[in-house]
Amino acid sequence: MAERSPATRRTLWLVLSLVFAFLYIPIAVLVALSFNEGGLPTAWSGFSLKWYASLANNSAILSAALNTLIVALVSTAIATLLGTLLAIGVEMRRQYGKGLEALIFAPMIIPDIVLAIALLSFFSMLNLTMGLHTIILAHVVFNLAFVCSVVRARLKSFDWSIVEASADLGASAITTFRRVTLPVIAPAVIAGALLAFTLSVDEFIIAFFTAGAGRASTTLPMQIYAMIRFGITPEINALATIFMAVSITALTLSQRLNKGVIGQ
Amino acid sequence: MAPALVWLTALMVVPCALMLALAFFRRGIYGGIDYTFTLENFGLVFDPLYASIFLKSARIAGTATLIAVVIGYAAAYAISAAPRRWQPVFLFFAVLPFWSNYLIRTYAWIVLLNREGLITQLLRWSGYTGEPPSMLYTEGAVIAGLVYNYLPFVILACYAPLSRLNPELAEASRDLGASAATTFRRVILPLTVPGIAAGAVFVFVLSIGNFVTPALLGGGRFQMIGNLVYDQFLTANDWPFGAALAMALIAIMLLVLMAQALAADRASGRAAQAVGGTDG
Repeated sequence: MAERSPATRRTLWLVLSLVFAFLYIPIAVLVALSFNEGGLPTAWSGFSLKWYASLANNSAILSAALNTLIVALVSTAIATLLGTLLAIGVEMRRQYGKGLEALIFAPMIIPDIVLAIALLSFFSMLNLTMGLHTIILAHVVFNLAFVCSVVRARLKSFDWSIVEASADLGASAITTFRRVTLPVIAPAVIAGALLAFTLSVDEFIIAFFTAGAGRASTTLPMQIYAMIRFGITPEINALATIFMAVSITALTLSQRLNKGVIGQ
Repeated sequence: MAPALVWLTALMVVPCALMLALAFFRRGIYGGIDYTFTLENFGLVFDPLYASIFLKSARIAGTATLIAVVIGYAAAYAISAAPRRWQPVFLFFAVLPFWSNYLIRTYAWIVLLNREGLITQLLRWSGYTGEPPSMLYTEGAVIAGLVYNYLPFVILACYAPLSRLNPELAEASRDLGASAATTFRRVILPLTVPGIAAGAVFVFVLSIGNFVTPALLGGGRFQMIGNLVYDQFLTANDWPFGAALAMALIAIMLLVLMAQALAADRASGRAAQAVGGTDG
């Protein structure tokens, strides 16, 4: 489409610049202010890392970060294992019903708040004490769906005859999985795990409802929510900046490993 | 695969079914649940007080959807018109903010809109001396937050059909004497309706059930359906009514999804007509 008039081209570039300004100015302001010396949230008074330092001394934030890490690591481990097995099972059999498909995709579609309150009602009817373990149980539900779909995308181009060949050569099912299937799908499994980890670290609504009362099981997003409601402090800017950097790095990595499965 | 299916059944299917059942029970006198069958929770949803919150939520979500679609479509169009090798880069940077935490993206707007925020500072700097305008804790702030958070998805959804568009179609339309505007309205737009519909449904569905954005940018005085559900479960302790509200929310979402499927069907029919049945 080379024959656009210069005026049209200028308009298109203007639109792009405005949209990118809209997308990035709020984030850029936030990041810039996290390095702002003064206590005032908006007046620039010099570069400083002191808000990052004060984060390191904030015990509420540190314990929330630890909780988040525990929840994310455990739920990612469980979801990666179960989700990979589920993907292999579904793809190997090929004749699965619509019901199974719906069951696997449902957690990606059900609104967070609905799943969150459903789990809250369920756990409290079972008289389960809520805490980190209930958040983990809940996070596996949606992480499972994401891991499964990432691994399934990879398995679509998988040559099942090599599995048969391995069996013909006398390998057990476990050996075949470990030495044939797994190496082929490993990038997708790692990508799925990274995606699950990031989603779990980021997730707020379900954790908020399934954490139960008390500060002991506060995760980082819950802590951030509480801080935001309390008011603006430069500390949130610093925390938000670190948090964004981690999420974006992990997801970019996941995207690279599994060429564009996310975003599509 | 069995363990995964057990997990999903135990922690998704059963809880959701339970919540559905919950909506048909009465609230106990001291909170809790009184297990007698009733339909009054659903009746209460249509009570003018709550119905007005539904309408308000629909209005806010609808406005956010409209704005997001207009901006998102323009952006997607501009990206699809950029040199080929730049398109993936633009697209990547359009989606990148979407990968950061939702709360943080919403918080960024508090920083921007508050009384001492960037916008107020810019106004002062440009010579404005009056009271800073109150931008935070308004309906406008909530809409801005929703548009900001879901815009990247609209860009992606609209870019897909735009980039697949055969440039010869536009050329043919121009050769046949159509103006640029007519070509856009009768050729390009109909062919990209499925993308617009997908993006619009995404924004609308996520906006109407949202409770974080109204709570943060609306300053808590601001109720949408999501906040109402939240209150019933965590404040009022009326779980049956909360469950009925959640069911109503899901019903709205299903209706919107069905409307989208219908619109996509009709659009592909119309598009086929527009290009003489050679493409669709």
